[in-house]
Amino acid sequence: MLEIITFSTLNGVLYGMLLFMMASGLTLIFSMMGVLNFAHASFYMIGAYFGFEISRRIGFWPGFVVAPLLVGGVGALIERFGLRRVHGYGHVAELLFTFGLAFVIEELVNMFWGRLPVDYRVPPSLDFVAFKLFDTTYPAYRMFMLATAVAMFVFLILILKRTRVGLIIQAALTHPNMVAMLGHDVPTVFMLVFGVGAALAGLAGVIAGPALVTQPSMAGLLGPILFVVIVVGGLGSLTGAFLASLLIGLVQTFAVAINGSLFDLIGPTATTIFGELGSVTVAQIAPILPYLLLVVVLIVRPTGLFGNRET
Amino acid sequence: MRNLTLGVCVAALLTAGAARAEDTVKLGYIDPLSGGGASIGEVGLKHFQWLADQINASGGLMGKKLEILPFDDKVNPQEAVVQARKAIDAGARFITQGNGSSVASALIDFVQKFNDRNPGKETLYFNYAAVDTSLTNAKCSFWHFRWDANSTIKMAAITNYLKTQPSVKKVYIINQDYSFGQEVKKLANEMLKAKRPDVQIVGDELHPLLKVTDFAPYIAKIKASGADTVITGNWGQDMALLLKAAADAGLQVKWYTYYAGGAGGPTAIKQTGLDHKVFDVVEGNPNSAPPDAQKTEEEFRAKFNVTLWYPRAVNEMRMFQKAVTEAKSLDPKAVALKLEDMKVKTFDGGEGWMRKEDHQFHQDMYIRSFGALPKGAKFDEEKTGWGWTEVAKVAAKDTVVPTTCKMERP
Repeated sequence: MLEIITFSTLNGVLYGMLLFMMASGLTLIFSMMGVLNFAHASFYMIGAYFGFEISRRIGFWPGFVVAPLLVGGVGALIERFGLRRVHGYGHVAELLFTFGLAFVIEELVNMFWGRLPVDYRVPPSLDFVAFKLFDTTYPAYRMFMLATAVAMFVFLILILKRTRVGLIIQAALTHPNMVAMLGHDVPTVFMLVFGVGAALAGLAGVIAGPALVTQPSMAGLLGPILFVVIVVGGLGSLTGAFLASLLIGLVQTFAVAINGSLFDLIGPTATTIFGELGSVTVAQIAPILPYLLLVVVLIVRPTGLFGNRET
Repeated sequence: MRNLTLGVCVAALLTAGAARAEDTVKLGYIDPLSGGGASIGEVGLKHFQWLADQINASGGLMGKKLEILPFDDKVNPQEAVVQARKAIDAGARFITQGNGSSVASALIDFVQKFNDRNPGKETLYFNYAAVDTSLTNAKCSFWHFRWDANSTIKMAAITNYLKTQPSVKKVYIINQDYSFGQEVKKLANEMLKAKRPDVQIVGDELHPLLKVTDFAPYIAKIKASGADTVITGNWGQDMALLLKAAADAGLQVKWYTYYAGGAGGPTAIKQTGLDHKVFDVVEGNPNSAPPDAQKTEEEFRAKFNVTLWYPRAVNEMRMFQKAVTEAKSLDPKAVALKLEDMKVKTFDGGEGWMRKEDHQFHQDMYIRSFGALPKGAKFDEEKTGWGWTEVAKVAAKDTVVPTTCKMERP
C-alpha cells in the first residue's frame, strides 16, 4: 500500500508539473490577450520533435537548450505575423486562427517526420536508476524532468514577481489598456509572452518526448487536459494553474490505483440504482475525472479556484 | 474560342481520367491514418500497396490493375462507416480493414445493410486484423471474411502454452476498454480458470483505448500486486507505452501479449532488458519461415524499413487474386463463393483454410518470444539486434473452435 502511494505521488506530481509547464504559458497568453490558444499543445509537440532532431545530430543537451528557444522564436513569429494581423477582427478570428494553426502544425509534423513515433531516446548520461524503493526502480530521467519543471516554475515566479518586465506583464494581465496608456509597448509584451509561453511548452516537449512517445498525436492527447487545468485553476492565475496541474496530476494517478466501485461502497443497491455504472471501478473512469472536475468547478465557482475574472 | 478549346481539353482529360479509373479494381483500405492508431495504420497501408504492386506485376485481377484507396477512420466506428461509403462512391467494391473490433462490427453491419439494399452492387469486406470472436459468431456475415485468428484461438494458444509453464503463479490482466479488450479480459479469466486453476489472478484492469500517455501508474499497480506474469491484448501505442513504463520501473515479469511486435514494442522490450520474457501469438515468424517467405520479408524490409507485420495480409491478397481467377469474375458475390472453403499454402508455409460456416481463416499459429537471436537467425526488429524466436507452434487443425454463426446466404 505504502509502495503504491509513494509511486502514485511521484508519478502524479511529475505529470502535474509537466502539465504546469504548458498550462503556465497558456494561462498567461489567455489572460493577457484573451486568446484561448488552441495551438498551445502543438508547441509542446514541436518542442519534442525539435529536441529529437537536434539530439540525433549533436546530442540531447544542445537540444535541451536550443529547441525551446527555437520553439519560442516560432511562437513569437506566429504572434507577430499571424495572430497580430487577425487581432483586429476580434476574438473569434483569433480563436479560429489558433484552431487552424494546430491542424497545420500537426500536418507539417506528419510531412516532415511521418506518422510513426520517432525514436527519441533518453540521453545516456541520464539513463540510469535514480533510486530503488520497495523493489521498484525510479529512473533518473524522471527525476530530471521533475527538477527541470520545478526550476522553471521558480524562474517564472522570480521573473513575474521580482523584475520590471514581470510587473508590466502582471499589469497587462488585468489592465492591458491602462498599461498601453502609460506608454508601454503592449504589442511587444504580447509577442514576448506568446514567445515565452511557446518556449515553455517547447521545453516541456523536449523533456517529455523521450519519456513518453514523440508522435504527431501527442498534441491532441494533451490539449484538452490543458484547458481543464487553466479553467480549474482560474484563468490568468499562475498559482491557480500550478495547483490545478498538481491536483489533476494526482487525481488521475491515484484514481488509476483505486479498484473500488460504487458497488463496493454501498453494496448491491448500487447496481439497481446506477445500473452498469455501479460496477465501474474508479480506475476505469480515471481519464474522465479531470473533465468531471471541470464541470463541477464551472458550476460551483465559475472563476476557477484562484481566478478573479469571469471567463 | 480559347475558352472553348480549354473546355474541350478539360472535358477530354476528365473522361480520360474516368476511363482510366474504370480500368482498375479498387480496394478501399479503411484504417487509422491519424491519431493514436496511425503508427499501425500507416504500416498496414504499406503492406496493401506493396501487395497490390505484386498482384499487378503478376497480371493483375482479370487483367485489370488493383488500386488501393486509403481512407482514415480514426479507429472510430461512425467515421469508418462514413469512409466505407466514400470508398464505395469512389468505385471500390472490396474494402479491407483491421484495426479495432468495434470498427469491424460497424463495418459488417454497414456492408450487410448496403448489400441488402443494393442488389447487384454488393461490397465485400476483408478483415485482416480485427479479432473479436463475435465477428465470426453472433455477428457473422456472408460479406465478411477474416484472415487473422480470432481472439478465442489466440487466447487458447496462450493458455495452452501456460499449462507448460509452472513458474507462472500470479497473473495480472490488463486490456483496452472496448469490445476487443473486454473480450480478452473475459477469455483470459475463463481459460485460466479452466486450464490453470492453481494460478491466482491478482489484477484485472481496463484502461481507455489509445488515450493513455503515461502507463507509470498502471505499472506501479502491477508491481504492487506481486504479479509474475501479465496477459494483455493491447496494441499500437498502448502496447509500446505499457512496455516502456515497465522498462522505466524495472518491472521484471513475463508478458503474454497479442501484439508486442507492433511499432515501438521491440524497442521498449530491448530497453527493459526483458530477454525472452515477452511473448506474442501470431501467424508467422520470419526467423523460422520458409526461404521464399524470408526472401519476401527481406524485400519488404529493404523497401519500407519496417517488418512485414501482416503475413495474413499476404494470405488475404493472394487468396483474393486466386478467387478472382477461379471465379473468372470481379463480382464480389462470385469472389466470396470461391473464397469459401478455399485451401491454400499460407505465407509461412503451413496449410490454411477458410471455413465456410463463419468465414474464419484457419492457419498454423506460433507463440514467439522476443530476445537475443540464436545463431543463424536473420531478422531483428526495429534495429535492436533482438528478434523473435519460435517457442511453440499450434497446427491449424488444433486451432479449430466451434462457431455459433448462422449466416444468411444470398
